[in-house]
Amino acid sequence: MIDSMKRITIVTGHYGSGKTNFAVNLAVDLCRKGKSVVLVDLDIVNPYFRSADFKEQLTEMGIEMICPVYANTNLDIPALGADIYSVFNKDDGRYIIFDVGGDDAGAAALGRYSHLIQQEEFDMLYVVNCYRYLTRHPQEALEILREIETTARIPVTGIVNNSNLGSQTTIQDITNAMEYGAEVAALAGVPITANAVRRDLAASLTEKLVYPVDIYVLPPWEK
Amino acid sequence: MKGNEALAEAAIKSGCRHFFGYPITPQTEVAAYMAKRMPKIGGTYLQAESEVAAINMVLGAASAGVRVMTSSSSPGISLKTEGISYIAGSDLPCLIINVQRGGPGLGGIQPSQADYWQATRATGHGDFHILVFAPATIQEMVDLVYTAYDKADEYRMPSMILADGMLGQMMEPVEFPEKEADHQIEKPWATTGHQNKRPHNITNSLYLDPNELEQKVVERFKRYEIIKEKEPMAEEYLVEDAEIVLVSFGATARIVKSAVNSARAMGIKAGMIRPITLWPFPEKVIRKAAKTADCFLSVEMNMGQMVDDVRLAVNGEKPVFFFGRTGGIIPSPAEVLGEIQKIMGGAK
Repeated sequence: MIDSMKRITIVTGHYGSGKTNFAVNLAVDLCRKGKSVVLVDLDIVNPYFRSADFKEQLTEMGIEMICPVYANTNLDIPALGADIYSVFNKDDGRYIIFDVGGDDAGAAALGRYSHLIQQEEFDMLYVVNCYRYLTRHPQEALEILREIETTARIPVTGIVNNSNLGSQTTIQDITNAMEYGAEVAALAGVPITANAVRRDLAASLTEKLVYPVDIYVLPPWEK
Repeated sequence: MKGNEALAEAAIKSGCRHFFGYPITPQTEVAAYMAKRMPKIGGTYLQAESEVAAINMVLGAASAGVRVMTSSSSPGISLKTEGISYIAGSDLPCLIINVQRGGPGLGGIQPSQADYWQATRATGHGDFHILVFAPATIQEMVDLVYTAYDKADEYRMPSMILADGMLGQMMEPVEFPEKEADHQIEKPWATTGHQNKRPHNITNSLYLDPNELEQKVVERFKRYEIIKEKEPMAEEYLVEDAEIVLVSFGATARIVKSAVNSARAMGIKAGMIRPITLWPFPEKVIRKAAKTADCFLSVEMNMGQMVDDVRLAVNGEKPVFFFGRTGGIIPSPAEVLGEIQKIMGGAK
């Protein structure tokens, strides 16, 4: 996953599909490989459980973070700063990860950068979790994918199967969801980019494209 | 599921086909979810022009005897209080969701429990109560939506689920109990059209004769006495041998539970009582614990509101302390443990 990443990676998906946790993992892994990384929190829809929550932790590791101006304040204003434009520089060698808000509502923020993103190589990943109530069927997941593409005016290039049941996830839940991920990818006409699996469960999996992830997004009593 | 979505889906599964609301962070997903689902199941989703309009639509639908719901967050609930009072004064059942955020005023958008007084004392003008349920997990949110509807119908009064931004926004796996669609009780009082087959039903909260109004209110309070006897719910955790009993509701109780476990590991005999119904308040459980515990510590995401009810239940028999954070700040398990140690004089 990490070795084949393009300079720009956009993480989209349905509400609560695990976009933020996945995006944070990508940023951390790239950083550990010695790359310069910018994580852009583009979520203007949901003020809770977002990349900006990890700003201090990630900045300390050397990851650059760009967040909406009022992220994690009490102002419910979706203002995106001009600093986001600084990432569209092909030659600066930095890896850029966009953590986008949920559904087409969240993808609306992305549309404004679509012409800049499409000037260079990018991956637009669609994160799915088959245990989410409104995307239990591949067809439902596809509908949201298409809505996101239309709003963002950027085509999805790969599927990230992030099917899980939080702390209660078993290895069976993961293997049961493999077919679902493949079906979404087939319907969308794009490949599976990764099967994101909690690190302790990933060790025992032999499936292809398993990407072990650490869980950063947690409620206060599980931290 | 996300807490907000779970509330919405549970309402649908409980037979709710009418939702009237107005968006506000951090509960907007309830409305967004309803907007997606209601058209698919032949229900009504309506985003009203304001909270005041939404609650009066609830009053209308409740009069017709259907299961109806509205949802908001703190400032929006304040706007709805007039309508809630009218619904209570008309003896109508409905479900109101409050996913609390910081206040007063416009306050903030981070989680809070600062509407405890409002929910249990003053969801509107006049002499009345509503049923108030405080879930701590997403599964319990689902389960309590079913209970809240059933009890609202049984006692002909509004039910409220008092959640907070943390519960609304977090995700946990849930299971939905599948109930039969016909489990709802008969509502012979509903204003559904008499078709010349029965005397017509009237929904009303205005009484011109003060004696009649007094009689109505007294009747209602007799019903409240039955509810206070039959309906209080609480979780007790390691209370039996506890020297210090923490009292906490909603998401905060999960932080408290984790602090209680740490205290036990250090040899401090701590326990927890978690009121699940805030009205009726589980007084008896607290009173029983007051016989064995040395002291109480109420932990809340506010400046100390439920602590009043704890003190009333303890009735001066043991000291009752308070710890809270407010304004959208969530207390950490370590902070709560610190308070326990302070009160108990460090590790034993």
